[in-house]
Amino acid sequence: MSSTGSEIAVKPQGTAQRTKTRELWRRLKKDKFAVAGGIVLLTVIILGIAAPLLTSYNPYDAVLDQRLLPPGTGGHLLGTDQMGRDLLTRLFYGARISVMVGFVAVAIALFFGIIVGLFAGYYGGLVDTIFMRGIDILMAFPYVLLAIAIIAALGPGLFQAMIAIAIVGIPYYARIVRGTVLSLREKEFVEAEKALGAGNLRIIFKHILPNTMAPIIVAATLDVGWMIIAAAGLSFLGLGAQPPTAEWGVMLSEGRNFLRVAPWVSIFPGLCIFIVVLSLNLLGDGLRDALDPRLKE
Amino acid sequence: MSGALLEVKDVKKHFPIKRGLMSKNAGCIKAVDGVSFSVHKGETLGLVGESGCGKSTTGRLVLRLLEPTSGEVLFEDKNIYRLSFNQMRQLRRDMQIIFQDPYASLNPRLTVEDIIIEPLVIHGIGDSHSRRQRVKEMLDLVGLSSYHGSRYPHEFSGGQRQRIGIARALALNPKLIVCDEPVSALDVSIQSQVLNLLMQLQDMLKLTYIFIAHGLNVVKHVSDRVGVMYLGKIVEIADSEELYRNAMHPYSQALLSAVPVPDPEIKRERIILTGDVPSPANPPTGCRFHTRCPQCMDICRLEEPALRPVSDKYMVACHKYQ
Repeated sequence: MSSTGSEIAVKPQGTAQRTKTRELWRRLKKDKFAVAGGIVLLTVIILGIAAPLLTSYNPYDAVLDQRLLPPGTGGHLLGTDQMGRDLLTRLFYGARISVMVGFVAVAIALFFGIIVGLFAGYYGGLVDTIFMRGIDILMAFPYVLLAIAIIAALGPGLFQAMIAIAIVGIPYYARIVRGTVLSLREKEFVEAEKALGAGNLRIIFKHILPNTMAPIIVAATLDVGWMIIAAAGLSFLGLGAQPPTAEWGVMLSEGRNFLRVAPWVSIFPGLCIFIVVLSLNLLGDGLRDALDPRLKE
Repeated sequence: MSGALLEVKDVKKHFPIKRGLMSKNAGCIKAVDGVSFSVHKGETLGLVGESGCGKSTTGRLVLRLLEPTSGEVLFEDKNIYRLSFNQMRQLRRDMQIIFQDPYASLNPRLTVEDIIIEPLVIHGIGDSHSRRQRVKEMLDLVGLSSYHGSRYPHEFSGGQRQRIGIARALALNPKLIVCDEPVSALDVSIQSQVLNLLMQLQDMLKLTYIFIAHGLNVVKHVSDRVGVMYLGKIVEIADSEELYRNAMHPYSQALLSAVPVPDPEIKRERIILTGDVPSPANPPTGCRFHTRCPQCMDICRLEEPALRPVSDKYMVACHKYQ
């Protein structure tokens, strides 16, 4: 149609098909803070995985005549703890556990939260009432109390702590997802799908779910940090990972008895938690912007 | 009536008003309250009326995007409200919709290609190669280029988006398309482009349209016949030419007198309606229009006029003519 010429203002640019992931990556790269966060996080993960290659110490070998050495002495870069174990080594190994706990707990919480939120929001009515009242019950408890109650039922331990904080996290995702779905299901593109004959599951998973992803990914990245703190907190209270496990929360807890004479035993695990959580937050913020197609260019 | 592609028989849609903790039923909104009309193959039926008169609801009832409170819709002599989910799904190939807001009707997370391919995937038509071919054809048909396929909806203007919506609706080769105010959200300059496109496509593909709009000049331009709606009912339905030349129902007369004329020298008698549209939750007794009708008679307050033919192709619901 000749009359369309003036309307098409967008000119073709390049023949290469830009894939969506490449596009996301390109936009994420522009955000300096997100890149920094990503690099730090990646470094921590690599350090955790490569721990045995990076240090000659064993994180569980007690050397009693080398207790509480200050950083830099006796070949210990960050000093030793109350059992004479190399602190840096324990931090490397601790990275494995702490970061893993955060991601796994968020993954579990996300999975159930998204399912509950999608179905409650899309179907509404009785489904919504039943799901959301269950969620309300979970939300009615203060989260530490709820986590402690779950651990009381399951018994203390790292795995149980992970399950506990995941359960604590479910309501938040369910609420975010449900709220987004409530507005999305009234959109005309959903109606268009119905008019085309698409089934409910196709609409839910292909059309509604991707549109809820931006807030979920942001919340999830930010929550990995929160869950790392929560897991460390439970370990600190003696409900999560148990000594002598090299876990940052446990190390923090053990070091508090020596805070006056050997502050580094607690400071370094605390710093690690801080840095990982900060980098996750920066990455989460960057992802949110990169995922929003309206902020493109 | 034979030869009709679509026949709507006394369709009603009442939305319940829920109130309070126990969702007590506190009456209902009679959005569509007994609408009947038929649409013949290849023609365009315009539906006009002010906001809230039930035009869009009627459009959605025709496609069974809403379940009716009562009544039936016959599409090629099949009552679509009796069909199972799967039968309905098959039938949806033949009936499509174009939406008012091109900014809300396209999934922002899908590329244009994915959007237009969607109907083919849903109905399992073709393989990935032939589907992509079809997308190119469709883009070409609506005046876009094939390289637009890899773009996202937000990269397009309103008029272009509406073309994408049209391409999606056409991908399955439908027989009937409900156009739900397809140009109301567009600039005036773009409106005519989209309208011309719709009319070209109708000629080319032998489409049947139900064209919902509140712009009377727009409807006049595209429609063969026009139905005027007021408060959930059709008050007058006739050939477009005739209705615009000589509207019989007082409401249609008032509506038409509100159409602006480009010549400031021409003095016309304008009928200005007073008052607001009554609430569809509690419509007036008798004729629904009697509260605002300049020619109201006693009988109008008591008895509701039925839609009756006054001539061969002209139907009006007014006591003046009965």
